[in-house]
Amino acid sequence: MKTKEVNDVVLRFSGDSGDGMQLTGTLFSDTAALLGNGISTFPDYPAEIRAPQGTVAGVSGFQVHIGSQRVLTPGDYCDVLVAMNPAALKANACWLKKDSTIIIDADSLDAKSVARAGFKSEDPFAELGLEGYNILTPAITSMTRDALSGLDLDQKSVVKCKNMFALGICLYLYDKPLDHPKSYIQKKFGAKRPVVAEANILALTAGYNYGNNTHAFANTYRVEAADLPKGVYRNINGNQATAWGLLAASEKSGRPLFCGSYPITPATVILEELAKRKDLGVKTVQAEDEIAGICTSIGASFAGHLAVTSTSGPGLSLKSEAMGLAVMAELPLVVVDVQRGGPSTGLPTKTEQSDLRQALWGRNGECPMVVLAANSPSDCFNTAFQAAKIALEHMTPVIMLSDGFIANGSQPWRIPSMSNYPEIVPPVITELDENEPRFLPYKRDDKRLARRWALPGTKGLEHRIGGLEKDFLKGTVSHNPLNHQRMVEARAAKVAAVADFVLRQEVLGESSGELLVVGWGGTKGHLQAVVEKMQAEGKSISLCHLTYINPLPRGLKEILAGFKKIVVCELNDGQLADYLRMNFQEFKYEQMNKLQGQPFTTVELEAKFNTLIEK
Amino acid sequence: MIHYSFADFKSDQEVKWCPGCGNHAILNAVQKAMPQVAEDTGSPKESFVVVSGIGCSSRFPYYMDTYGFHSIHGRANAIATGVKTANPSLNVFVATGDGDSLAIGGNHFIHAVRRNIDLDVILFNNEIYGLTKGQYSPTSKLGKVIKTSPFGTIEKPFNPGELVIGARGTFFARSIDAEVVLTKDCLVEAAEHKGMSVVEVLQNCVIFNDKAHADFAADKAMRAERTITLRHGEKMLFGAENNKGLVLDGFKLKVVTVGEDGVTLDDVLTHDAHEKDTYLHNALAAMKYPDYPVALGVIRDVDEPTYEQEVERQIAEQQAVTSIKCVDDLLNSGDTWVIE
Repeated sequence: MKTKEVNDVVLRFSGDSGDGMQLTGTLFSDTAALLGNGISTFPDYPAEIRAPQGTVAGVSGFQVHIGSQRVLTPGDYCDVLVAMNPAALKANACWLKKDSTIIIDADSLDAKSVARAGFKSEDPFAELGLEGYNILTPAITSMTRDALSGLDLDQKSVVKCKNMFALGICLYLYDKPLDHPKSYIQKKFGAKRPVVAEANILALTAGYNYGNNTHAFANTYRVEAADLPKGVYRNINGNQATAWGLLAASEKSGRPLFCGSYPITPATVILEELAKRKDLGVKTVQAEDEIAGICTSIGASFAGHLAVTSTSGPGLSLKSEAMGLAVMAELPLVVVDVQRGGPSTGLPTKTEQSDLRQALWGRNGECPMVVLAANSPSDCFNTAFQAAKIALEHMTPVIMLSDGFIANGSQPWRIPSMSNYPEIVPPVITELDENEPRFLPYKRDDKRLARRWALPGTKGLEHRIGGLEKDFLKGTVSHNPLNHQRMVEARAAKVAAVADFVLRQEVLGESSGELLVVGWGGTKGHLQAVVEKMQAEGKSISLCHLTYINPLPRGLKEILAGFKKIVVCELNDGQLADYLRMNFQEFKYEQMNKLQGQPFTTVELEAKFNTLIEK
Repeated sequence: MIHYSFADFKSDQEVKWCPGCGNHAILNAVQKAMPQVAEDTGSPKESFVVVSGIGCSSRFPYYMDTYGFHSIHGRANAIATGVKTANPSLNVFVATGDGDSLAIGGNHFIHAVRRNIDLDVILFNNEIYGLTKGQYSPTSKLGKVIKTSPFGTIEKPFNPGELVIGARGTFFARSIDAEVVLTKDCLVEAAEHKGMSVVEVLQNCVIFNDKAHADFAADKAMRAERTITLRHGEKMLFGAENNKGLVLDGFKLKVVTVGEDGVTLDDVLTHDAHEKDTYLHNALAAMKYPDYPVALGVIRDVDEPTYEQEVERQIAEQQAVTSIKCVDDLLNSGDTWVIE
């Protein structure tokens, strides 16, 4: 047996939603990341917490792509599928590469389980047409039982350790040490339940030894450390990066952070991460509903905090009226929408670029908000920072769009230094100007058109704000027709002015040519991977990936004008494409749309782009 | 020494409620209460914030020369929760109505009560929607005939006191718009109470629900006979001659007359607003004329930790023990690796 070098590999761990597959996948990818591999992960799990055992509906999956180079996507198809039961095999067979390895628990292949997974015959492999695949059937459950037989532990807890056995096999197969999972297990269970820690470590080691002793694999594989820029790295997922980016903005602005939110998949982790950060002075309110989530935040903003509310599509709908209030009151606020499949409850655990239209227009009246979108797990940090900076400095609510794919996905991240981030200077006023005998709450600065932020508790600046139309300067209620028009125009101009303070749009590749790929948000990794590959093949193709959606960034029109063809790629039915048509009617837009709750595959993107170039 | 006058809390805005509206008297009571609260608690005027929702009563902030936020329908308690949590040193008042806080904002109302956040809620209860010109509200009496219930409502009303006490609220008081001094006294006690305070003011909408409370509150003489003003530590007595009282008869309250049927003053209950058990407070808040006098004054005032204090306590505790002092510390915490 020898160890073969490979450049990249995609593993998919799958089992019942109670089998611990998310943890197994996370431990594998963290181990790879700690050893310097490029990684990208994609948790693919059902909405049910514990769907009926052994059924396809209950299958939870975690895909990880590790590479000896920068990894941009979690991979389309997998080289190794770990299936804890026949249902997991059935649910994931469509994600197998042609020559891939399947590791399935032999103990789960009894007639009853095979039938429960919905197979018609007794041979699931033949039924799925998997002849010729490298199928390994270790008896994972019984070997875990044997390995743990000496422990004083009930059978249920023993069987729960089988995921660690499977992890052990994979770590052996990819020549990875057991140090990281061992220390994780110790940290998690060591103090409180030492016997559980011991059991998990025994199962892990037993799985590793099984791989080593049985020669079940012809080879083991090694993925060398990636050639990444020097620095200190950590693994980060999009929700955590969002929470931390907001903390960074809080520190840079000197405004304490407040988050009022209601739990909703897939955004909940943002609230959870911020709730942990009492040490940094964060205040979180787990509100009674989505509306209270945003309203407590608006109250905290009025009181002078950097205020945030996090949600997903249905929650954004509930927050609509309050977003309008924030627009009218001209208070800083960050609304994070981690998009998921819609409409209505839709596909809570699946990704979709579902809410661009809602973010742009989902409010009564002329009600513009700044909208920007994060494009990768780690980019959520910068985007959240930028969203907060705009909100605070321009005195406006901002919607940051994330999505289930980047929120749950993780990647290695070179830890930045806060000294490299700009200061954030909100227009807080602490005393009246000499020539201003009485505070004028809606007086604006010339450049940003932002009003000033007078915090309750400040002497002499008592004032009233609210949802009724306000006088242009005094802020008192005004039903004057001309004043209303003037205020509508001022609010629109204020949001439009943000474009003067953010980066010009950039293009990846030549600034003119045959095909321009346009995307936004979490599809960037897939689009970039394909565009770079085709560029390397000499094709005339460039990528224009948007972070700023309202206002659209400077320079965008010139980029669009430089290409013969434009294709707008989105995981929706064409929301950005329509928006671009509205803004730049002079261009023709092709579309690439996918609405399956899944990311693009690089294969389907490449096929589409090649067709467009050849046409 | 902080000293303010009534005029200091009056804004320059013209008050636009209907002539004869009960809100004028309530505004008067609030403008009298605030200088006293400022003086009693050493709070400068700029620490006062009035938050409101939507409805006639919610125009309130515009008439106060304090920080004010006239928000959206039903959400005043949620917005005020954010204000107070963010800055506990502020004195946060909420002006809201029976539609605002008990219908569209009912959820925020009960949860603010449950959290015991230190808000002072003035609940204007006129048993009607006034600003939308007369539809029944969650406190309208069963059978009320009005535009949206031409054949009489078939919905049982909420009693705000029962809601507050049922949610284990720590402070509930009731007054009547015409009783300006009582309203002011209740508001001062509410403001000085640590925790969520609800002061229900029975308010008369002269246009759409005139005389809603007139069967027990039409004039002073009637109020003496048909209401009871509760004061902590005092006997529960009422009536023009102050000789009627409340006693417990089994599990129920009962009206007695001192000196009749062998009843002595000793038999009459003494009001204990500080009792944590909710049973008697709930029974008092639920009393309805004609079976009972309607209870006014501070019915419940108990001391429990407040939400915003608990938030501050947890922050202080975590900051004392953490090794994470800034964002750089956070980013570098946990599992990291170095690429040379």
